[in-house]
Amino acid sequence: MTNHYKSSAANRIWRTVANHAATGLAVLSTILVVAPLIAIFIYLLYKGASSLNLAFFTQIPKPVGESGGGMANAMVGSGILLAVASSLGIPIGIAAGIFLAEFGRFSRLANAVRFTADVLNGVPSIVMGISVYSLIVLPLKHFSALSGGVALGIMMIPTITRTTEEMLLMVPHAVREAALALGVPNWRSVLSITLRTASPGVITGCMLAYARVAGETAPLLFTAFGNQFWSLNLNQPIAALPLQIYVYALSPYDEWHRLAWAGALVLIFLIVVSVSLVRYVTTRGVLKGAS
Amino acid sequence: MDYKIQDPSVPGPSETPSPVTDRNSGPRSGEQPSTIRKFLLSRGSSAFADKGFRWLMVLCAVSIFGIVALIATELTLRSQLTISKFGIWFFFGSAWDPVNGNFGALPFIFGTLVSSLIALIIAVPLAVGVAVFITEMCPLMLRGPLSFFTEFLAAIPSVVYGLWAVFVLVPLLREHVNPVLIKLLGWTGLFSEPNFGIGMFAAGVILSIMILPIISSLTREVMTAVPQSQREAVLALGATRWEMIRVGVLRNARIGIVGSIILGLGRALGETIAVTMVIGNRPQIVKSLLAPAYSMASVIANEFSEASDDMYLSALIEIGLALFIVTIIVNGLARLLVWAVTRGAPARA
Repeated sequence: MTNHYKSSAANRIWRTVANHAATGLAVLSTILVVAPLIAIFIYLLYKGASSLNLAFFTQIPKPVGESGGGMANAMVGSGILLAVASSLGIPIGIAAGIFLAEFGRFSRLANAVRFTADVLNGVPSIVMGISVYSLIVLPLKHFSALSGGVALGIMMIPTITRTTEEMLLMVPHAVREAALALGVPNWRSVLSITLRTASPGVITGCMLAYARVAGETAPLLFTAFGNQFWSLNLNQPIAALPLQIYVYALSPYDEWHRLAWAGALVLIFLIVVSVSLVRYVTTRGVLKGAS
Repeated sequence: MDYKIQDPSVPGPSETPSPVTDRNSGPRSGEQPSTIRKFLLSRGSSAFADKGFRWLMVLCAVSIFGIVALIATELTLRSQLTISKFGIWFFFGSAWDPVNGNFGALPFIFGTLVSSLIALIIAVPLAVGVAVFITEMCPLMLRGPLSFFTEFLAAIPSVVYGLWAVFVLVPLLREHVNPVLIKLLGWTGLFSEPNFGIGMFAAGVILSIMILPIISSLTREVMTAVPQSQREAVLALGATRWEMIRVGVLRNARIGIVGSIILGLGRALGETIAVTMVIGNRPQIVKSLLAPAYSMASVIANEFSEASDDMYLSALIEIGLALFIVTIIVNGLARLLVWAVTRGAPARA
């Protein structure tokens, strides 16, 4: 190190000042980062809580001009979309994770799969939307809940794959060898011993994937499309909470703005619950693994 | 939202001082299956079922390739019309005239690049500051809640950010921030009237809030990967804490930090909903950042369902294809850089 570190009095003062300045800047930036989050929360609670009522959870949207109405159909729609998404994303995601951890661990194929999963994770959601549109909506010639679910399901895969892999790697080899030594076939040992042991972590991965896709709007714009009425049909356009918030937020009506805030509050609440649940399950899972 | 962000929270021990070194160079991944295991596997009586299971897993893993390939081919095929008509000039033309079938994507590319750049300029110093504070300075008691907080910022859906931006951020910028910017920096021409509130600058600000958690949590990850001995060595030479952070930590982690910044850029380029809500949606290239603009993702979101003829649809899909290719390159680059650091490769190139 050069003459910065000469121990003259002036230098020492300069260095102390620089040290304090850096600390101050780091604290300041932390405050600046935390501030928007708090601001968002306060606004959500302030605006959303005042418009949450029973009707919001039980009624479908009213036409323009009438007050009241709710987002019941959008919440059910989001549930259906997530169900379709998880029936596609969870099996493929977990199976790919098993491949990465149990079979291909150090192979070139596994590295390529890891890399592709990361790439898939980074594909913009709107691009996912138009791809699924041209894959499913164009051939079938109508928007459908099914296509929306497929778009979300594909987006779930990378998260689930990578967390499943990490969790399976945490399972000690001795556990696997013990199962094999008892004469259990390998597939059985993977499914009911290794995967079972790692299940808290794997569930965590699925919840994270849920939390991520539950709030996605862009892939649903041209697939699920949205619906002002009740619909449980997989072949028809279906409403979804984020989609409804988007449409209402951009509308010129105060009544709809109010509903958008309420919807956002519900959405955030669901995500907070799932993320905290994840936190809880992971810490418990780790404790189990350590003992 | 992004997998990588919540990643540190997944394995649980992220609160421990060095999760990355634990995860990558710990005994776990270095542990090879033992010879006993090989023997046990070869002795198995259910060779058929095992093989079938193995192939099923391989199939699922390979299907991830399939999905990415399918997306790529589908986008390329559906945008053939404009690719063959305009060729490379599609990306340099600034006319967007669906009625006469004349398409140029330059205003959208401009909007996407400039709004992402504004986001990076705002987010990078803050994100690195937060990462430094959380890993090196803050009391242990605060570390958990703070990292949870910044990670939670990543889990908020973009439509909620958009909602907040439309009703809170935009009025705030219009009434209080933009007039000051016009007064102080008006001479640069970057901040000039008219001041609508919505526009390029608002989009950049909301994007910066959205990419902050990504950059900061990855930066934190690479910073914790720097060996403790580096810090101790610098401190032992009589350095202050800031000098220790600068010389011992930031310099060693710089490649990883660049990687995380690029990853944040990838996210900003593809962000759709929040940007669409505040950027103003006007395809123009002007110097003032306060003027409305348009981005690649938001033109798709707004006009895709109205695209009536094939040429229009093809133009929008080609914009999507461009976005896809750019984000793949950006993400791939970022992952390689982050891997290079966290996998124990020499940080000093």
